[in-house]
Amino acid sequence: MASSWGRRLDWDTGRVDMTHGAGGRAMAQLVDELFVAAFDNPLLAKKNDQAVFEVPAGRMVLTTDGYVVSPLFFPGGDIGSLAVHGTINDVAMAGARPLYLSASFILEEGFPLRDLRRIVESMARASREAGVPIVTGDTKVVEKGKGDGVFISTTGVGVVPAPVVTPSGERARPGDVVLVSGTMGDHGVAILSSREGLAFETSVRSDSAALHRLVARMVEAVPDIHVLRDPTRGGLSATLNEIAQQSRVGMLIDEPRIPVLREVTAACELLGLDPLQLANEGKLVAITDRRHADRLLEAMRADPLGTDATIIGTITEDEHHFVQMETAFGGRRILDWLVGEALPRIC
Amino acid sequence: MKYIDEFRDGDVARRLAAQIAKEARGARRYRLMEFCGGHTHALWRYGIVEMLPPEVEMIHGPGCPVCVLPIGRLEQAIALARTPGVTLCTFGDMVRVPARDRRSLLKAKAEGADIRIVYGSADALRLARESPAREVVFFAIGFETTTPATAVVVKQAAEEGIKNFSVLASHVLTPSAMLAILGAPGAAGGGIQVDGFVGPGHVSTIIGSQPYERFARDYGKPVVVAGFEPLDLMQSILMLVRQLNEGRCEVENEYKRAVVRGGNARAIALVEEVFELRPSFEWRGLGSLPDSALRVRERYAAWDAERRWSIPYEAVADHPACACGEILRGEKRPTDCKIFGTACTPESPVGSCMVSPEGSCAAYYAYGRLSKRRPRPDGEG
Repeated sequence: MASSWGRRLDWDTGRVDMTHGAGGRAMAQLVDELFVAAFDNPLLAKKNDQAVFEVPAGRMVLTTDGYVVSPLFFPGGDIGSLAVHGTINDVAMAGARPLYLSASFILEEGFPLRDLRRIVESMARASREAGVPIVTGDTKVVEKGKGDGVFISTTGVGVVPAPVVTPSGERARPGDVVLVSGTMGDHGVAILSSREGLAFETSVRSDSAALHRLVARMVEAVPDIHVLRDPTRGGLSATLNEIAQQSRVGMLIDEPRIPVLREVTAACELLGLDPLQLANEGKLVAITDRRHADRLLEAMRADPLGTDATIIGTITEDEHHFVQMETAFGGRRILDWLVGEALPRIC
Repeated sequence: MKYIDEFRDGDVARRLAAQIAKEARGARRYRLMEFCGGHTHALWRYGIVEMLPPEVEMIHGPGCPVCVLPIGRLEQAIALARTPGVTLCTFGDMVRVPARDRRSLLKAKAEGADIRIVYGSADALRLARESPAREVVFFAIGFETTTPATAVVVKQAAEEGIKNFSVLASHVLTPSAMLAILGAPGAAGGGIQVDGFVGPGHVSTIIGSQPYERFARDYGKPVVVAGFEPLDLMQSILMLVRQLNEGRCEVENEYKRAVVRGGNARAIALVEEVFELRPSFEWRGLGSLPDSALRVRERYAAWDAERRWSIPYEAVADHPACACGEILRGEKRPTDCKIFGTACTPESPVGSCMVSPEGSCAAYYAYGRLSKRRPRPDGEG
């Protein structure tokens, strides 16, 4: 690409320096040649400090999320694709159609430009595939030692298609049915496998994906889904417990029905971790009236991201709001929140 | 999954449970201690406790490395971590254990101490290699299972001449704790009746089953070394019930796929080369026990953090409301503790047994809160 900025950005050996965030020519060049070029859409190309767009009729959804993942690149994705998928999913979990994203970068001085380009191109690809453009953004540079390579914050706006679509964490009712869209724990194992100090070989890849098309199918089949949530940090355990608290109900989950990849089970056995406490980035939990469960399941399985969808349990009345699980072994136990961070065992 | 599912078969479990119920005679009781925290965790996680007949009572033992470490040792680690130039490497479980005045390694880290969570001793040694300007100390805790790995890094550091590496050795010995439970002179244990032991699996892969023979011979207590899968545990419980019924008193090995009588000779030799017995070591709950822990031998003194920094040891009393001591001795159940689940929870632990996933309190809290079966160890209630 011919540069209109005089000096070329050195993508091979160049590094982020303080001028890239100082508001001068170097910053303008980085924005122009990297972000605007990669994200490539008319709203961003105007290079204003904001994006101006028409608002469709209906209820709007707004969400924001920060991404500080380590390592930045992992099997099946990177911080860039994650920052796009994660925020799209947070919009989608309101039953909404995501419209636009914004992205804010905090770069650490000395971060390789090559890695930055790889991340930004991954974001651009994820946004293009999802059909949700990144229309405004911001870049800051912090001194070396005051960041961890790159932090990304993305904000998403979307619109809810119909008044009847009101999924929310407090709407689970006794008798409702709990569904998941696919296998649990893939992302967590993919991240752990590439983390320094714990590297192990596995074929497991992160499930990072944008779920809005799956959600659109689901909402079309069953507009009044009671709860939709993506089980990210803390895994399925945390998500089910959050919902039980919010809705003031209990749950009874059937462990053998929860889909978990063999490789994920194996890695967890080895490390002493629980797949239900590991993060997912391309899966959702849905709770719906029993009468609609089969129709919803059928709609989920018709989507490429929901082929392994399954019913895993029911909502119960329980003053303690316990999430209980019938184990494959025949016993019953509490499925509890993750405490602290998921850490491999000592012995 | 192959080699896992076979040991978690629900049908086999129900048949085993029925067999235990059939053979456990109503006229007597079977007070069995599972020594190891990993076993405690598995008993609750798989709902085995609920499957046992009322005559069979599981008493949770002190085999949780994080739990038995006294506050005084943790204070030494915190003091080291705060020493300028020192990087302290620790297992993740350890960082949240409360020390004096509710201090912890996690709080020390937030206050600026350089504390790194590692997954094993080799990570700590690598850090020392990569950071020659830092003094890297590995907080080496655990029973016999983790000791050989510490011995390996001490030897490696010596061979490679890595001068900025040392270990704060707090390795403890299983047989000593079992003796204390049985009321060894001077120990705080002995307050409960134990009819037999479910012997630890991982520890025994190192030391073998032989060290338990004295418990059968001299103390009349049968021991069955068990694996960690639910069917391993149920089979071991059945074996103990049978020994007691038949008046036998032997060391049996249920975990034959991993444990042999003489243990792992290479690992034992390695530990012997690097470590020696401490004359006395304080345990949480069990008091000061003679010959119950290891320290680095004089020959490797340069890699012994205690010698290098001459940090004094000072005993620190547990929180007055915390019943970890009685729980580790098997005298109380977690639910007998006044602050269990109220002031003391996994999110805000007061005692060590609520911190480690292997701790009895954490296992009860995570899995057992629904249990209707909460008999006291003395059988009342």
